[in-house]
Amino acid sequence: MEAVKQGSATIGLKSKTHAVLVALKRAQSDLIAHQKKIEKISPHIGISISGLTSDARSLGNYMRSECMHHEFLFNTRLPVSRLVAAVGDKTQTPTQRYGRRPFGVGILVAGFDEKGPHIYQTCPSANYYNCKAMAIGSRSQSARTYLERHLNEFADCTPEELVRHGLTALRETLPSEQELSVKNCSVAVVGEGQDLVAYEDEQVSIFLDLLEEKRSSRNVPAPQQQEAGQVGELPGLVPPVSGQPREDEEQPMDM
Amino acid sequence: VIMADLMQPFWQGGPSPGLFYEYPGKWSSDVASPSDARNRTSQPTVTGTSVLGLKFTGGVIIAADTLGSYGSMARFRNVSRVMKVNDSTILSAAGDYADFQFIKAEIEQMVIDEEVLNDGFFMSPGAVHSWMTRMLYHRRSKFDPLWNSVTVAGFYNGESFLGSVDKIGIAFKSASVASGFGAYLAQPLMRKAIEDNGDNLSYEKARHVIEECLKVLYYRDARSYNRYEIAVVTKDGVKIEKPSSSKPDWNVANVVRGFE
Repeated sequence: MEAVKQGSATIGLKSKTHAVLVALKRAQSDLIAHQKKIEKISPHIGISISGLTSDARSLGNYMRSECMHHEFLFNTRLPVSRLVAAVGDKTQTPTQRYGRRPFGVGILVAGFDEKGPHIYQTCPSANYYNCKAMAIGSRSQSARTYLERHLNEFADCTPEELVRHGLTALRETLPSEQELSVKNCSVAVVGEGQDLVAYEDEQVSIFLDLLEEKRSSRNVPAPQQQEAGQVGELPGLVPPVSGQPREDEEQPMDM
Repeated sequence: VIMADLMQPFWQGGPSPGLFYEYPGKWSSDVASPSDARNRTSQPTVTGTSVLGLKFTGGVIIAADTLGSYGSMARFRNVSRVMKVNDSTILSAAGDYADFQFIKAEIEQMVIDEEVLNDGFFMSPGAVHSWMTRMLYHRRSKFDPLWNSVTVAGFYNGESFLGSVDKIGIAFKSASVASGFGAYLAQPLMRKAIEDNGDNLSYEKARHVIEECLKVLYYRDARSYNRYEIAVVTKDGVKIEKPSSSKPDWNVANVVRGFE
């Protein structure tokens, strides 16, 4: 739970026909490459993670093997809801066994199946949520606020517009000295007639350019809320009156 | 000399030290070992004969007679070899009836598991066909086949589906399928009907062709029976009809000589 909150932000949102993921890649130092956040699970499902990367790899492999197994037997794509339920079942066990620890990773699953596009969120608590849009990770509350505000626009967006919304929301989570760049951003799109495509590095620039076009005409909205212990990092923030950090408004994880 | 003494059998007809283990009956082939039954390819016991399948515009028909033969004996005459999988798929099998019952039980349980999930997804005919292929091929690879020719038919997403899988895992989809004797007697009739109608059979025409084929099979297949089930899948669902019979014409018997 803490691990998820400490991981860098990632956002998922969907329209009537497509689901997209955007993620902010973090680099521990200048010596180290930015940590990959988005992984392809199958041609119709992609994930983005926040938290313990090693646990994420383990779950990612499991998800891939479930998808492959289903396709091998039935020659059809595994419905996204069933994959997420399988992940939930697998991650529940270590929350109830002596001596084991939960998987310390939150996953945003973007997938497309016969019932359309889906965004799911999974938690270390083994809960999973079917989302219209979601943001997790460090400073993600500002992104969630943006998503809530624009929720009604998403259904009719084109995939490019969805990504633009996602990147705009992602920008809300950045500290003031950082900017979105091809180095720290990745994007994934999946949907009707479109198998999963992940964009890294230079490929992301087409989406960042869309953001630039809008930037000049955009009014910068005042961020609504502040994370505990991170006073003053985002411009326009009002510090709490009492000096005590406000209660975190992260999505509750029933524990 | 000493070695020869040492290699004497312990008692007459008994084992000798230093030799490969010999025991009475080792080389006699009529002594079967318990492991043979597991490793040997099975034999069918109660069997069903041909299954016919034919696509038409808007659905698929399959037909199978209701006989379970015990070798050459027409032993079980009211046996249903057609099953409904779900509202879009039906399945029928020729060959060993016990193996069909096993397949039926497995599939029915899979359908129940899906209903329990209650997530609006259900197996398409293509998925059932694929699963059947994997299952049958897997068993044959273990030298323990399910001795069946399975026909899977359905109507899904506005399209008819008809596929066949063999006991050795040979699988394909086609506009008409027939197993057993049907492959020799009925398939040419069905293919001709498809060709003459430009791949666009109506339900009535397809039904007529199937009934003709069933009659021919009753005439010529010595392990057939004049009582059959016809099942139809369309966008409106599955209908497995009550058993019916053909009206064969035996007038040709008058000109036959030598069997009076």
